[in-house]
Amino acid sequence: MAQTREHPALNCALTLNSFSEDDDMFKKILVANRGEIACRVFKTAKRMGIGTVAVYSDADRDALHVQMADEAVHIGPSASNQSYLVIDRIVAACKQTGADAVHPGYGFLSENRKFAEALAAEGIAFIGPGVKAIEAMGDKITSKLIAEKAGVSTVPGYTGVVDGVEHAVKISADIGYPVMLKASAGGGGKGMRVAWSEEECRDGFERATNEARSSFGDDRVFIEKFVEEPRHIEIQVIADSHGNTLYLGERECSIQRRHQKVIEEAPSPFLDEATRKAMGEQAVALAKAVDYQSAGTVEFIVDSKRNFYFLEMNTRLQVEHPVTELVTGLDLVELMIRVAAGEKLPLAQSDVKLTGWAMESRVYAEDPFRNFMPSIGRLTHYLPPKESKNVRVDTGVFEGGEVSMFYDPMIAKLITYGNTRNESIEHMVEALDAYYIRGVNHNISFLNALMVHPRFVEGRLTTNFIADEFPDGFSAENIVHRDPDVPVVVAAVINQNFRNRSAAMSGQARGLSYHAPATWRVIIGDREAEASVVPQSKGYSLVVDGKPYEVVTNWKRTDALFKATINQKPVCVQVDREGIYYDLFHRGAYFRALVVPPATAELNKYMIVKEPPDLSKFLLSPMPGLLVSLTVAAGDSVKAGEELAVVEAMKMENSLRALQDGVVKVTLAEAGASLTVDQPIIEFE
Amino acid sequence: MHEIIQQLEEKRKKARLGGGQARIDAHHAKGKLTARERIELLLDPDSFEEWDMFVEHRCTDFDMELDHVPGDGVVVGYGTLNGRLVFVFSQDFTVYGGSLSETHAEKICKIMDQAMKVGAPVIGLNDSGGARIQEGVASLGGYADVFQRNVMASGVIPQISMIMGPCAGGAVYSPAMTDFIFMVKDSSYMFVTGPDVVKTVTHETVTAEQLGGAITHTSKSGVADLAFENDVEALLMLRRFVNYLPANNREKPPVWPTDDRADRMEMSLDTLVPDDTNKPYDMKELILKIADEDEFFEIQPNYARNIIVGFIRMEGSTVGVVANQPMVLAGCLDIDSSKKAARFVRFCDAFNIPILTLVDVPGFMPGTTQEYGGIIKHGAKLLYAYAEATVPKVTVITRKAYGGAYDVMSSKHLRGDVNFAWPSAEIAVMGPKGAVEIIFRKDIGDAEKIAARTEEYRLKFANPFIAGKRGYIDDVIMPHETRKRVCRSLAMLREKKLENPWRKHGNIPL
Repeated sequence: MAQTREHPALNCALTLNSFSEDDDMFKKILVANRGEIACRVFKTAKRMGIGTVAVYSDADRDALHVQMADEAVHIGPSASNQSYLVIDRIVAACKQTGADAVHPGYGFLSENRKFAEALAAEGIAFIGPGVKAIEAMGDKITSKLIAEKAGVSTVPGYTGVVDGVEHAVKISADIGYPVMLKASAGGGGKGMRVAWSEEECRDGFERATNEARSSFGDDRVFIEKFVEEPRHIEIQVIADSHGNTLYLGERECSIQRRHQKVIEEAPSPFLDEATRKAMGEQAVALAKAVDYQSAGTVEFIVDSKRNFYFLEMNTRLQVEHPVTELVTGLDLVELMIRVAAGEKLPLAQSDVKLTGWAMESRVYAEDPFRNFMPSIGRLTHYLPPKESKNVRVDTGVFEGGEVSMFYDPMIAKLITYGNTRNESIEHMVEALDAYYIRGVNHNISFLNALMVHPRFVEGRLTTNFIADEFPDGFSAENIVHRDPDVPVVVAAVINQNFRNRSAAMSGQARGLSYHAPATWRVIIGDREAEASVVPQSKGYSLVVDGKPYEVVTNWKRTDALFKATINQKPVCVQVDREGIYYDLFHRGAYFRALVVPPATAELNKYMIVKEPPDLSKFLLSPMPGLLVSLTVAAGDSVKAGEELAVVEAMKMENSLRALQDGVVKVTLAEAGASLTVDQPIIEFE
Repeated sequence: MHEIIQQLEEKRKKARLGGGQARIDAHHAKGKLTARERIELLLDPDSFEEWDMFVEHRCTDFDMELDHVPGDGVVVGYGTLNGRLVFVFSQDFTVYGGSLSETHAEKICKIMDQAMKVGAPVIGLNDSGGARIQEGVASLGGYADVFQRNVMASGVIPQISMIMGPCAGGAVYSPAMTDFIFMVKDSSYMFVTGPDVVKTVTHETVTAEQLGGAITHTSKSGVADLAFENDVEALLMLRRFVNYLPANNREKPPVWPTDDRADRMEMSLDTLVPDDTNKPYDMKELILKIADEDEFFEIQPNYARNIIVGFIRMEGSTVGVVANQPMVLAGCLDIDSSKKAARFVRFCDAFNIPILTLVDVPGFMPGTTQEYGGIIKHGAKLLYAYAEATVPKVTVITRKAYGGAYDVMSSKHLRGDVNFAWPSAEIAVMGPKGAVEIIFRKDIGDAEKIAARTEEYRLKFANPFIAGKRGYIDDVIMPHETRKRVCRSLAMLREKKLENPWRKHGNIPL
C-alpha cells in the first residue's frame, strides 16, 4: 500500500491500482452543494475520470463550481430552502443529467435521511453513510444511547428527556455542578446553557427550553456534565461495505468562535499515542454499531486530564477534512466515492500513519474589527497564495465573483503542511501574508494574530481560547508585529520606485530637471524614521535610522504583493496606495506610511491631528444602497434590537437595528437617499 | 561691496519673516503653514525662484505709509514640479491678513503674464482676508486685473487654485475662473457674503464652515473639486495632480514610464455587469482595472456622484475619464452631473487630453425639480461639450445607453472616434418596459401580452447589435479585453487632427 504526499494540494491520493479494478465505478457524480466543497469533490472526480454535474441557484449562476463541472443544472432561486435544500429538484437534476451518484458535501442535505431515501428510491447512489446511521446519529439523545451501548465514553448525564424544572434540578444534583443544558435537536450553540448552581439550573432550563422551541420547533432538553477546559478533538473514520472500519487519526478543532471552528489541525498537540488509540477504537466501535459506511467524524470533548467524552457523530465529510488528508496522504473524497461504489478499503489500520503536521484556517468574509460582522459583495481583487507541497487552498470563489448574502460567508480554507507544528504554523503565516482579498472584509489579520499568539504556538488550547484571549473582541491592539523596520523599509523602497518614475516624466524644463532625493522620512504612527535609499542592480541598499538593509526585489508598481528579501530574510507585504499614503499589510498588522522629504516631515509636525468621529455613535450604512425608510427621528429613544432604518441593496431590503439602547441625536440622511458603504445615517447622543 | 551684500541679506531676511514670528506662530498653531513653507512643500526642493520680494504697497491713507512689509502679503515666482515649470503665487496671511492691495495684485499679474508667455501652469495658493480696505478702489482694480488675466489664460495654460484660508467676497471670483479649485478642510472657506451678512439679510444662522467650507463646496455646491485633510496632504496631492496636466494648450499631456502592459487582460470584468439589469455595480472598478497601475485621480468625487470624472493614464499618458455611475441614481444624467461632466470635457478638450467615456445611462432624470431647474439647458451643456471636442474620443458602452442620453454620452454621432460596446450593452430609445407600454398601449391591461411584448423588445433591442448594424458601434468587445482595445484606439488616435470652423467663440448654453 503506497501513499504519496508529494502534492497535498490535489494528489494526496493513494495509488489507485491498489483498489480492485472494476467497471462498477460511477460514471457521473452530481454534487448537491456549492462553493469550495463542490469544487473539492469535482477535483477528485475529474482525476478519477468520472463525469461531474453541478447544481446552482440564481445567485450562483457564475459561481466557480458551475464553471468547473462538466454539466450544470439550475435548481431554483437564491435562497437555499428553495434550491440547495429542495430534494426533488436535486433528484430531478440527477435524472436529467443521468448522474448515477450524488456527493452531498457538508451542510445542506448531507445529513438528511429523506434525501438519502429519495435517491435510493431512484436507484441513485448516495456517497455517504446509510439511512440507519444518518438517523441514529442525527439525534443527540439517540446517538448518546447508542454510543454508551457501544462502550464509548460519554459525558455523565441524563440521556432521557427532562421532564420539567424540578426534574432538571434533581438530575443536575445527581451529576454534580457545573452542568450543561442542551437542546436535543440543537446544534451550533443554540439552546445551550451552563448552570453552576441550582438557581442557574432553574433559570437555564426555562431559557434552553424556550430557545429550543423557537429555534428548532422541538423543546426537548437534556442535561450533562459540563467539562472544564475542554478541547474539541474529533476522530475521522472511514468504513466500507465489507466490514472494514478504520480510524484516520484525529483533528483538533478547539479554536472556535461562538462554536464555529476557526482553526483546525492534525494531529492534536495534546494527544498521546495511547489516548489516540483509545479514542480511535471507540470511534470505530460506534461506527460499527450503526453499520457505518463512508467517511464520518466522531467528535469528542477532552478535558485537561485527557479524559474524553463522546459529543456527536457527523455522518458526512467535514469542512476540516483536508488536514487529515495531508497527514495521512489519503484522499477522503476518493475513498468515499470508492466505498460508495462498493469497493473495499485498500488499506488496513496498521497502514494508517500520521506524518507531519497540517493546519487549516477558515478564511471568512467578515470584519474581525467589527465584531466579525459578515461582509458580502464582489471580490474586486482575489489573489490566493500559490499552492505548493506546503500550501493548499480549497476555494469556491474567484476574482470578480460574489460573496452572496444567501450562504455561508466562507471564502476559502487555507491549509498548510510542515514536518512539525511550528513549520506548519510558519507556512500558514506566510500564506496569510500572501492572501490578497479586496472588495469584502475578511479575517486574515485575525487568523494571523491567532497563528502568532504565544499560547496558540505552545498548543495550550481550549474551546474557550478566543473568548479567553480576546475578551473584548478583536482590535488592532491585539496584533503584535515583531519587526517594526519591515514596513519602514518596504515603504521607503516603494516610494523610491514611484519617485524615480516621476523623475522620468516627459516635459521637464531643460536646466531645471528633477532628481528624486535619496533621503526620506518614513512616518508610520508615532514613529518617524530616516531612510536613505540607493538603487542597486537587483534591488536597493537602505540605511534606516543608521541600520543597513539590503533589499532584493523585482517588485513592480502593478504588484499588490511586495515580495522581497530584506537582509536575506524573505518578506511578503501587501501594498495599497491610498492618496499620499502607502497602506501596508504584514503579519496581520496594518501600517499607514507617509514617505516625504525631511523638510516636509518637519512641516508635517504643524499639522493638527484631527480626532476621527466616534463611529460607535453613528448608524452606518453597511452596504451601498437606497435608504428606503427611516423608522426614527431626532430625539427618539431606541432600544437595542429596534429597527432604525431600512436599506435596499440588490433588491433586498435590509433592516438596520440598534446595537444598543440610545437616543437619536440627528438623522443624517433622508428616505430615498442613495448611500455609500459606511455613510452615517443616524447620529446618537 | 561686502556691506551692500549684507544689506541685501538683511532685506531678504526681513521679507522672509512676513508678518513677524508672532503671527507665524499663531498661524502654525492653527495647523496652517506659511506662504513660503507651502511653496517649499509644493515645488521640487530648492527649485523656487522668487520675484518681487521687495515690492511694497503705495498706500498713504490711514497711516499705512508708516507700515511696510516687503513682499506686501504675497510670495510669487516660479519653480519646478517633478522638473516641469510652474508659476506660483502664495498669499501670506501673516501680512495684513493676506489682503489684496494694488501692488499685491500687480505681483500676481506679473507671474501670470510670464506664465502665458512661456506656456506654463499657474498655481495659486489662496489665503487672504479679502481686499485691502485702506486702499479702496485701487484694491478692487487689482482684483479685476487678476480676473482679466484669469480669463485670458483660460484654456491656454492650466490654472489651479488651492484655497488654504479665507477667500470671501470678490476674491472668490479669481479661483472661480480657474480650472480647478481645491480646498483644505476646516481651515478654508469661500463665500460671496459671510455668515454675519447672511444673518442680517436673510436671518439664516450658519457657520463659515457650513456656508462655504471644503465639505460644502465639494459635496453641495460643486464649486470646489477636492477637499483635503490638511496643508501637507493638499500640497502633496496637488503635486500629484499637476503630473497629469500638459503645460499649455499647445502641448500634449506628459508621459512617464509604466509597469503596466497595454494588453493586460482583466478576467474579473466579465462578471462586473450583473445579470439583473436593474442591479447596480461600481463603475469605479472598471476605471481602476483598465487604468495604468490601478490609479485614478478623481475630480469632484462627492458631488453629483451619478457621474464620475477624473484622470487616469494609459500607456503612461493622461486620459480624462467620464463615466456614469450606476450605483448612484442608476447613473442617470441630471443638472448637476451634466454640468460637472461638461466642464471636465471642456477642460480635457482645451488641453489635448483624450477622453474615455464609459456609458451606463438609463436617461435623463425626470421631475419638476429638474425641469424647473433647467435640465434642458444644463443637459445641453454636456451635449455641446462633447460635440465641440476635437480631442481623441473613445467610448465604451457597458450596459444601458438609452434615449437622448445615449446621444449625449460621446456617441458616434458626436464625432466619437472609437465607439465600443460590451455584449451586455443595450442601446435603445428606452428600456424594454417603457417602450412596450408606448408601442403597445392598447395591450396595457393584458399583463401576459405585455410580458411577451417586453420579452420581444428585449430580444430585439436590448443588445448592441442593432447599433452595430448601423455602424454606430465600431465593435462589440469582451469586457476583459477593454484595456487593450482602448489602449490601441488611443495609440491610433495619437496624431488625430480635427478643427472646428473659425468663429469668435461658440455660444454654449450657459
